[in-house]
Order: sequence, then structure tokens, then C-alpha cells
Amino acid sequence: MTAVLYDTPGPKARLRNAGSGVVGTLLILALLGFVVYRLAATGQFDGSVWTWIQYQAIQVLLLRSLAATVTAFAVAALLSMLFGAVFAIGRMSDYRWINRPATVVVELFRAVPLLILIFILYFGVSRGLGVNISTFWALVLGLMLYNGSVLAEIFRAGVNSLPRGQREAAVALGMRKTQVMLHVLLPQGLRAMLPTIVSQLVVTLKDTALGFLILYPELLYQARYLGSQGQLGLPILPVGMVVAALYIAMCLLLSALANYLDRRTRRSKKRVDIDPTSTARAQNEVLVAQSQGGGGAAI
Amino acid sequence: MSDKELPVNVLLNNLGLFGQAFLGTIELFVVAAIGSLIGGLLLAAMRVSPVPVLRSFGTVYVNTVRNTPLTLVFFFFAFAYPRLEIASLSFFTRACAALIMYTSAFVCEVVRSGINTVPVGQAEASRALGFTFTQTLSEIVLPQAVRAVIPPLTNIEIALLKNTTIAAGFSVFEAGSVYQTLSERGYNVLVGLLWVAAGFVILVIPLTAFQQRLEHSWSVAR
Repeated sequence: MTAVLYDTPGPKARLRNAGSGVVGTLLILALLGFVVYRLAATGQFDGSVWTWIQYQAIQVLLLRSLAATVTAFAVAALLSMLFGAVFAIGRMSDYRWINRPATVVVELFRAVPLLILIFILYFGVSRGLGVNISTFWALVLGLMLYNGSVLAEIFRAGVNSLPRGQREAAVALGMRKTQVMLHVLLPQGLRAMLPTIVSQLVVTLKDTALGFLILYPELLYQARYLGSQGQLGLPILPVGMVVAALYIAMCLLLSALANYLDRRTRRSKKRVDIDPTSTARAQNEVLVAQSQGGGGAAI
Repeated sequence: MSDKELPVNVLLNNLGLFGQAFLGTIELFVVAAIGSLIGGLLLAAMRVSPVPVLRSFGTVYVNTVRNTPLTLVFFFFAFAYPRLEIASLSFFTRACAALIMYTSAFVCEVVRSGINTVPVGQAEASRALGFTFTQTLSEIVLPQAVRAVIPPLTNIEIALLKNTTIAAGFSVFEAGSVYQTLSERGYNVLVGLLWVAAGFVILVIPLTAFQQRLEHSWSVAR
């Protein structure tokens, strides 16, 4: 609660607040106005640079690149959840020969910048080893390794946040270790972490934009291509604005879903009391992951 | 195995190239880190201020940026900014601007959630003692909030360090772009990139160790 910091304003404070409100609004409007003025002055709102939006071929092209972005996201999201589940279970295993390598893999892929990972897969492996990897798979596998590692940590935090009694009760019922994990701990941990997992998927969606740098034909690539067409009047800013709106709208929708799930989980009566510190840790993990366009969280 | 294929030689023969590239990375990181700290604090100040307009502007900015790919921000600064003909800036300056705009939003979130961890009673007590808003913030709330803020803040700055690689995708003089030059010189690109990855791990490890020490020593205090 930010209201903690100040008392209910009296007449003097209200006047002062209104004053700084007006000054602040003017400053923000001036900044926005300047950007719009520059856009108008350089002719970005002229009809001639917006004609491309009427061509059906270009509309199809943009839809196809939107589909390319969504496909890369969907495949990467699915694979990284699998990767995350496998390595989370691996890391929580009681056998040292399983949990040690799993820890190393998870920590390593979170430490190396995602873009470098994608470059290694695309330029490095194809030129260095002669194995040809398409831009799609280089992007998707890079996303899988990085987001999967972050998800592994989130799953682990979810399982660790459950009360100890859950595991103990399951063991007392005579379940095997695998059964305890798969039937008791993981489903509850997943449920507890669902909002956090969806927030991490927003990061995956954002990171598909990195495909632009290895020339995967997604939205930004198409924007660059259309923006360099002389006969359309070099509309890089108009196309860029449309593409930006598409990207931000998709991410906002996913974020809204995460917020909705978060509210629902909080209300739910079925949920067991979970340890808030683990949840906070996992959310921090996602915030850090969100803060990067192509990196990894700390080791 | 020829001289150019030995993994160590890929590094040693191009030491100047790697050194220069990582220096570029560090330069970009330091400028963007300082910039994003200032920007993030300003945004956080807006988000906790009693002025509704500033508060909602801060919220809108942070929510938009959190849902924007960094590559998109770079895209605008690299290709679209020159079209606006405001002032011609070097690519380095534009890369800094993109990183600062982006990271500020996350610094703001961390600072704000840090302020929220301070118990309500603390601020209420200070107000009861007659402290003003500025005094409450600077003498009571911020000194306590800093403890909760520093560890995740370090994480955000580590993420920033890795984000500098995206600048490489758009231009040169930066550790991520080494592969192009290596490939021109006929060295093994895979090995070169693995060295770059190793370099980042080496840069990140001391920062992480520092962060974990802070988290360990500062979290006990409250």
C-alpha cells in the first residue's frame, strides 16, 4: 500500500498535490507532444506511407509472420514446460547422480545469455559442426533451454512451498518416491505456481522477438522487410507501430490471464496453505526473467 | 588439427578482439546500469507519490514496458529513431537509451515492492511523531526498504548485463558480435561463441556471489 507513506491530505496538501499534478501532466504531455510532432513533421502520418495496409498481399504476409511468432511461442512453451518438469523432478531427486547433473544444467542455462544460446545453436552448430539447424529450431530450442530452466526453478519452488505433511502423509500411505512426486507433490505445486508459470510464458512470448536477429521470419523481420520497400515509401515507422501494437497486445492478454489466475488462486478454498517465501522467490525469479530480452537469471 | 582449430587458439589468437568486445559490453553495462537506477528511482517516486496523474503515468509506463520485448525497443532505436531526425546519436548512445528505458521499469517495480515490505506501523509512527512526507520516506521507510530491494536489484542489473548482447545483434563492438569477425578470419565460430558464453559466466559469477552475500547478511536483520 503506497498510501502508507502519507496522511490523508488536508487543504494545503491538496492544493500542493493539484499543483504538482498540473506540472506533471504538462511535462508528460509536452514529451508525448514532441514525439507526435516529430512523427508528423517527418511525414509518418501521411497517407502515402500507410498505403501498404490496404494491400492484401501485405496483410497476408503480416498474418503469416504473426502465425510464425505464435507457432514459435506455442512450441517453445510446450517444450520448455516439459524440460522444466523433467529437470525440476531431476533436481529434487534423492539420487546424487541425477540431481547433480540436473542442477548444473539448470544453473548453466540460466547463466548464459539467451541470445548467445540461440547464436550458438544457429551460427555455431551449423558452421562449426556442419549440422544444419533451421532458424525456427534454433529459436525454439534456445527458448526451451532458457525458459525450461527458469520453469524448473518455479516448479521446484512450488513443490517446496507445500506443507511437509503432504509428503509425509503420502509416504505413510506406502507410495513410492515417484508416486509421491507425480501424484501428490507436483499437481499441488503446479496449481500453486500457475499464475507464476503463465507470467513466465509472457517472457517466452517476448523472447520470440529475438528470432529477428537470426532472421526467423516473425513480425519484426517482416516489419524490417516492409520498412525497406522504396515503392511503399519506406514505411518502417508505420509498420513498426502496428507490429509493436500486436506484440504488446498479445503480451498484455497473457499477463491479464496471469493476473486473473492469481486472483482466483488467492480466493480458492481448495488450496493448501503454502509457504509465502517460496512463492515470493519464484515471483522474483519471473520478474528478473521478464527484465531481460534475452538473458538468464542469476546463478 | 590445424592451428586455427585448436579451441584455446581461437581465444588466444583473437585476444584483442575478445578484449575489445568485452570492454564494449562492460562500458554499455555501466552506463545503462547507472541510467536505469536513476530512471527507476524517478519512476518509483512517481508510483508512490500522492499525485494521481503521476501515479497512473508510472503504472501505465511500467505495465507497457513489462509487456514489450526488448528486441522491439532496440528495433525502434536502431531503425526508426533516425527517421525522426531529432538529433543524430551514435549507436552506442541509442543502445544505452533503449536499455535504460527498458530496465528502468523493472528497477521501479523492485523499489516499489521493497517500499511495500516496510510495515505500515513504521510510517504511521513516524507521521505521529510529526515527520513530513520527505522525512518519512528518507529517514524511516527507505533505509528499511533498501534491505529488501538490494538483492533483487542486483539480479535485475545482472540481467541487464546479459541484455547488452542484444545490442550486438544490431551492431558491433560488443561481446555478442565477436562471431562475425571470427567467421571472417576463418576461425571456428562454435568455439568462439562458447568462449563468449564462458566470458559471460565469468562476468556474472562475481556479481551473483556479491548478491548472495548481500541477501544472506541483510535479510537476517529484520
